[in-house]
Amino acid sequence: MNKIFEIPLYPYTRSPDQDAQTPARRKVVIVGAGPIGLAAAIDLAQQGIEAIVLDDNDKVSFGSRAICFAKRPLEILDRLGCGQEMVDKGVVWNLGKVFFGDRKVYEFNLLPEEGHQRPAFINLQQYYFEEYLVNRARALESEGAPIELRGQNKVLKVTDRGDHTELLIDTPEGQYTLEADWLIACDGAGSPIRAMMGLDFVGRVFEDNFLIADVIMDADFPTERWFWFDPPFNKGQSALLHKQPDGVWRIDLQLGWDIDKEEEKKPENVIPRLKAMLGEDVKFDLEWVSIYTFQCRRMEKFRHNRVIFAGDSAHQVSPFGARGANSGLQDTDNLVWKLKMVIDGTAPDSLLDSYDAERVHGADENILNSSRSTDFITPKSETSRIFRDAVLDLSEKYEFARPLVNSGRLSVPCTYDGSPLNTPDALPGGPARTRPGAPCPDAPLGNGFLLGDLGDRFTLLTIDAEAPDTLDESGITVIRLALSGADDATGALAARYLGDAKSAVYLIRPDQHVAARWDSFDETATRAAIRRATGQE
Amino acid sequence: MADLILKPNLAQADDVYADLLAAHEGLSKEDSDALNARLILILANHIGDRAVLRAALDAARTAAPAG
Repeated sequence: MNKIFEIPLYPYTRSPDQDAQTPARRKVVIVGAGPIGLAAAIDLAQQGIEAIVLDDNDKVSFGSRAICFAKRPLEILDRLGCGQEMVDKGVVWNLGKVFFGDRKVYEFNLLPEEGHQRPAFINLQQYYFEEYLVNRARALESEGAPIELRGQNKVLKVTDRGDHTELLIDTPEGQYTLEADWLIACDGAGSPIRAMMGLDFVGRVFEDNFLIADVIMDADFPTERWFWFDPPFNKGQSALLHKQPDGVWRIDLQLGWDIDKEEEKKPENVIPRLKAMLGEDVKFDLEWVSIYTFQCRRMEKFRHNRVIFAGDSAHQVSPFGARGANSGLQDTDNLVWKLKMVIDGTAPDSLLDSYDAERVHGADENILNSSRSTDFITPKSETSRIFRDAVLDLSEKYEFARPLVNSGRLSVPCTYDGSPLNTPDALPGGPARTRPGAPCPDAPLGNGFLLGDLGDRFTLLTIDAEAPDTLDESGITVIRLALSGADDATGALAARYLGDAKSAVYLIRPDQHVAARWDSFDETATRAAIRRATGQE
Repeated sequence: MADLILKPNLAQADDVYADLLAAHEGLSKEDSDALNARLILILANHIGDRAVLRAALDAARTAAPAG
């Protein structure tokens, strides 16, 4: 049976644009049909903005690659109409074990907070993730939404023409020229678009190699994340075992710097390593083997006139903490509503500069966290190894040392503190977690959940407060969502949005981030906050 | 926030110093280094104040001629 990643899901077909007398002009062209490019296209198309996705390939990701998806991206996928498939297929996990040498030093439970629709994490192979996104794109296409996937369309040249970007594209039937009002480059860490534009991508290189092996086995390992520091089967290095759907297990083995990658990838070298880890009697098949090195780096700016970079093309982190694809989805979540408003003429072009400000802030947070994890997992000096081992030794006996163990700080969304779109906090006693710039935390609401009622547009969330049902300001219509703290018997809504306040009014952006909040409705202040959140003052 | 104490604060200074040496007695360099690291982490957690720890790091850094 062919694996899903061996089947062309968006095979090349000829586009009328290839026969156009003068180059066709498209609203938004996205380069790269990975998780980020597909999410951007779906988000745009379901809001009526034309999105053309070009990819030099025609299949989903080869091998599992990104496997760990966090709650916030799942919430974004709910807004995009395909969160449920991911959660249904994915493996939910909460338990982790940490080993040091030949002993287990402790175990932990992520203990996800109650009152959220989505789990803290699911494990799901990137090829399924992409397949479900392709399915969603196809469903939108069949409903008449302006979305198109063009397989085996490879961009050869990018030219900035001021008010648009010109692309020279190669296909199996020759080259054609296409014009894009806006170009979103989601073409990965090695971004050819970035290279063609001669843009920087600087940061820190980590001198290490990791072997990833996905094995299919019927083993009774529990659904937990197991992480080893300096295990007997991989002396002086680290190892990770994590479960994916379909009985596929992700195994990560640190190999060190001076290795022969081609040799190490050969099954005759991989299999003995895995047997040493799993036990001689465990039967398994290798699904996919890869060796990776990594860097932590970002572009100086993510926006270059009408070309906007999102995902790994803009920033790259180590895999520890699952901050790659997860942060890329937050990029497009941040970008798409802004781009739509600029295209619709309801916000100035400068609104897109806030994408740069907010997501550079997010990237720096991710780079900091993933660099620190990497420094813990692979100590760079004798002294850092001594401290690392001291933490692990202490963690077995003393609880205080466990928070210092860093095998990856798992992805959480960033709060856009200091964003130019925020209005200063005006809710005395309001919880810090919902301050302006924060992503809205979910909360139970009757039979459903809060986040399902937010997003795609500006919302005025009132909790035990009066306000008009709609408000029009500078071409933007804000719709009220009227709630009471009593709507959620568990108290989570009140705890997350009221804190010590009696009432609250929140202005919430289309990406479900808080733009402003007050204790009661003030029309002048609300209008000013809307203008501010849309780059109009 | 408490300030870092750099005035004498140990009532039995000679005893405390002797305890430190005794803990390291007979240990290899490697084991001594590991013991020191564990001790620093335990004390850091006990202090529990990043500003005080940073002041202590600065004091330690600047107390000896640069090597």
